[in-house]
Amino acid sequence: MRRILYLAQAEVLHILRDHILLAQVLVVPVVQLLILSNAATFEIRNTPIHVVDLDRSGASRGVVNRLAANGHFHIVDTTPSTRRADERLVDGTATLAIVIPQDFEMSLVRTGVGEVEMVVNAEKGSAAGIVQSYASQVLTGYAASLRGPDKVRAASGPAPHIDVRVRPLYNATQNYKHYMVPGILVALMTMIGTLLSAQNIAREKELGTLEQLNVTPITRGEFIVAKLMPFWVLGLIELSLGLIVGKLVFGIPMRGSVPLLFGVAGIYLVVALGIGLWISALVDTQQQAMFVTFFIVNVYLLMSGLFTPVDSMAPWVQQVSIINPVRHFVTISRAILMKGAGLAEIAQPLLILIGTAAAVLFVAVQQYHKRAA
Amino acid sequence: MTSLRGLLRKEFFHIRRDKRTAAVLIALPIVQVMLFGYAIRTDVDNVRLAVVDPAPDSATIALRDRFAAARVFRIVTVVPRIQDVDSLFGSGAAQQAIVFYPGFADDLGKGVPAKLLVITDATEPNTGSLLQSYAQSVINQWASGISEPGRVSGAGQATGVSGGGVVRPAITIVPQVRMRFNPTRESKNLFVPGLMAFVLTIISSLMTAISLTREKETGTMEALLVSPLRPWEIIVGKVTPYLAIGFISVIAVLVEALLLFRVPLRGSVLLLLFEGALYILVSLSLGILISARTSSQRVAMMFALLGTMLPNILLSGFIFPLESMPAALQVISYVVPGRWFVTIARGIMLKGIGLTYVWRETLVLGAMATVLLVASMRSFNERLE
Amino acid sequence: MSDLAIHVTDLTRTFGAFTAVDHITFDVKPGEVFGFLGANGAGKTTAIRMLIGLLQPSSGSARVAGYDVARDTEQVKRSIGYMSQRFSLYEDLTPRENIRLYGGIYGLTRDQIRQRTAEMLERLGFSSVADTAVRSLPLGWRQKLAFSVALVHRPQIVFLDEPTSGVDPITRRQFWELIYDAASRGTTVLVTTHYMDEAEYCDRVSIMVAGRIAAMGTPTALKGEFAVESIDELFVRLARPDAGGAGKAGRVQ
Repeated sequence: MRRILYLAQAEVLHILRDHILLAQVLVVPVVQLLILSNAATFEIRNTPIHVVDLDRSGASRGVVNRLAANGHFHIVDTTPSTRRADERLVDGTATLAIVIPQDFEMSLVRTGVGEVEMVVNAEKGSAAGIVQSYASQVLTGYAASLRGPDKVRAASGPAPHIDVRVRPLYNATQNYKHYMVPGILVALMTMIGTLLSAQNIAREKELGTLEQLNVTPITRGEFIVAKLMPFWVLGLIELSLGLIVGKLVFGIPMRGSVPLLFGVAGIYLVVALGIGLWISALVDTQQQAMFVTFFIVNVYLLMSGLFTPVDSMAPWVQQVSIINPVRHFVTISRAILMKGAGLAEIAQPLLILIGTAAAVLFVAVQQYHKRAA
Repeated sequence: MTSLRGLLRKEFFHIRRDKRTAAVLIALPIVQVMLFGYAIRTDVDNVRLAVVDPAPDSATIALRDRFAAARVFRIVTVVPRIQDVDSLFGSGAAQQAIVFYPGFADDLGKGVPAKLLVITDATEPNTGSLLQSYAQSVINQWASGISEPGRVSGAGQATGVSGGGVVRPAITIVPQVRMRFNPTRESKNLFVPGLMAFVLTIISSLMTAISLTREKETGTMEALLVSPLRPWEIIVGKVTPYLAIGFISVIAVLVEALLLFRVPLRGSVLLLLFEGALYILVSLSLGILISARTSSQRVAMMFALLGTMLPNILLSGFIFPLESMPAALQVISYVVPGRWFVTIARGIMLKGIGLTYVWRETLVLGAMATVLLVASMRSFNERLE
Repeated sequence: MSDLAIHVTDLTRTFGAFTAVDHITFDVKPGEVFGFLGANGAGKTTAIRMLIGLLQPSSGSARVAGYDVARDTEQVKRSIGYMSQRFSLYEDLTPRENIRLYGGIYGLTRDQIRQRTAEMLERLGFSSVADTAVRSLPLGWRQKLAFSVALVHRPQIVFLDEPTSGVDPITRRQFWELIYDAASRGTTVLVTTHYMDEAEYCDRVSIMVAGRIAAMGTPTALKGEFAVESIDELFVRLARPDAGGAGKAGRVQ
């Protein structure tokens, strides 16, 4: 038992004297957090659009004004030429072209229905769909504001009418950073936990210091605890740092219990560290440790719902991602910070994390041999 | 020249023996393509919908059925009280909830506004918007046909005047949507160029930087320097195997994407490969530059990650659209080689355009390659002393 | 049997088709300084790694400090010290910190650690560099430190793998003084080396050639038996039997 303390003490000294490591833990993640949070966004703002108003009526101008006032869009051209609009789509100076036909207002007055053509540059894929959706919403909003012609008189009684109210939860300001930062924090902790532990032990292998330890009576359990504990602490420090930056720079919400978040983080770190340990048993050199870790973490991150929602993934991928610990921690992180979720709501992913932690540790310990076969 | 050949042979043996690195280099592109094909998507469907119906009546049930019938939605539960859905949202069991109020059918019959509340999980802003508009359109569709069972209405179009009290929203504007260049709007059509850049960056920048630095760190670089090999020969010797693997990986990515996901390739393959080669030169130079300036593998990895991987993933338009980013980042993206390559490659693959359209971007890439190559060779030579 | 420090019977280790250690048999008595000689690649390091529990034997058996190396490996480790061929202490820690770490791992009390640290630093003349990172120490000093750390817990037996590789002759002399010092206190020392002249310093030696023990005995007896002037000569004769004849002087690399 005391052996753990002695080894852990040596580890702490290592870490404090290892400037590169300190940079990896304290500087790199903060830089990544700042850049990622700003760049990793699907927010639609100031999308360049070209409006072709062939009607020039009160109604069409109403539509144009609405579009102009909408922060999602930025009208770059109102030349009434569909050919010009198409050119803009091709050369990329407009993402969306809206064509209001000549008889727009007349059609609205007579039939209560008006058609508008939207041509979207679908090169952007999903963004195209979202742009189109926002544009449609503008049209719907405008339509709702018009007083309809009383064309319809119910034979029996006044016309039925539904009053729909909407209540969007959790992200009233539609701030993309509030959505991304909790997930990015998870990614950073994963990098630290897995990469550093894999790198560290691979390094000892490469230098030969591991062998010296293997000759001593220290048990592998003691060795693993002593080695990983300092990184576990570092991971939590990382989280604190990230939360502070997130709060101060991005104003992320913290609606749930932060202690609960740290508790879950503690469990998650065990998983990340365990995976790093397992990787280090597979490789011989630091270089290999870095490559393999990078590859595995990459796969995990892409399947975690960090960048794109898990719900949008192909069904079989969703099944596979059930064993992806990153996914569960991302879910929990967002649930606690943005939704104010409590233990009950995160129970399911949390249980999976706990199970994974136990399994990973077990496998990693089994893998580690003081004596070569 | 024979000494260079000897070095090359040694490097190839190295890689063959280093099975783990080789495995990663081969598996990486294949797995990445799979991931991007199946995992990185933003389509919204199978929305988990909860219904709060305190006093079910003919109208609420009818509207509920309409939601149930809509492919996009999936009703996960029906509860009597609004408080019941709180924890459903918290745990993610429900993404959206429709809340009825007692007397729905009565209100409709009397012509009094019947209240309906749509609660949406908007943690992800775009999804939130989409879900709201989906729900709205289902409601609109239903509303415009309630007294006319059996009439199928379009997106809120009036079905003509009849005496039966057709309900429709006051005015409807119907968007006719056309998608240019990517009619199926498949996001997988877009990721291939970015993925190629990604894989190339890993191999040409990250791995080169780490392995060159490794030689420095272990001291074997010194042995090479004392040999009759000249500095540029050392670099060529060390880097060529990775280059070869890189090129094979890129082709593997293309083939996999074309075969498995039927991504279009409308332009010239040769032009694409040429641009790829340019991009490789740029990435390589960056990798060499990094290794010239550091003597520790870990530091090389840090710089490679921050200086090449991160910008090329984030600021190239690969996954996240450039227009969505703050102006400062958009400006920075002009010096990110990945941005230019992605634009070129997308153009070639999706639009089928040729050199006449992308000559400007090609020029930029070419200029970057030249400048960086010179800088990196110079740096490498200098640091040798 | 139980009063032998090391007892090896038919110990063998293969790596695929290659046999690194081929049925070696030998004993080492307590307090002996036993020289384990042989050229590089003869199998010395592999044999040692089996005896200290880093490598599993393919067949055969060995008892170290009374414990079976295959079955009671952890017991063995408690009773031995090891100095590896490659420097394997922590370079970014100081001598004091390295001693403390290993002292603690081997179960010494805080007082014991403090006492022995002081002794060691004194004996090695390290007081001035006690708190400097090992990285900045010259090679000879590092080797001496590694040797001392191997003995910090006063083990029964200590295994030294090429402890004097690459150090200057004066440091080598100092090393052997340290070795004698340990032996005089009852520690059994098994030392491998490819410097054949160091054979003269040992109580008994064995010479490994291609995985087998080609000769074993006291230096004097061996020289007599093979009618050679030096162990070096004997080694050359054994390593290259076709070279033939006595009087082939010269160092073996």
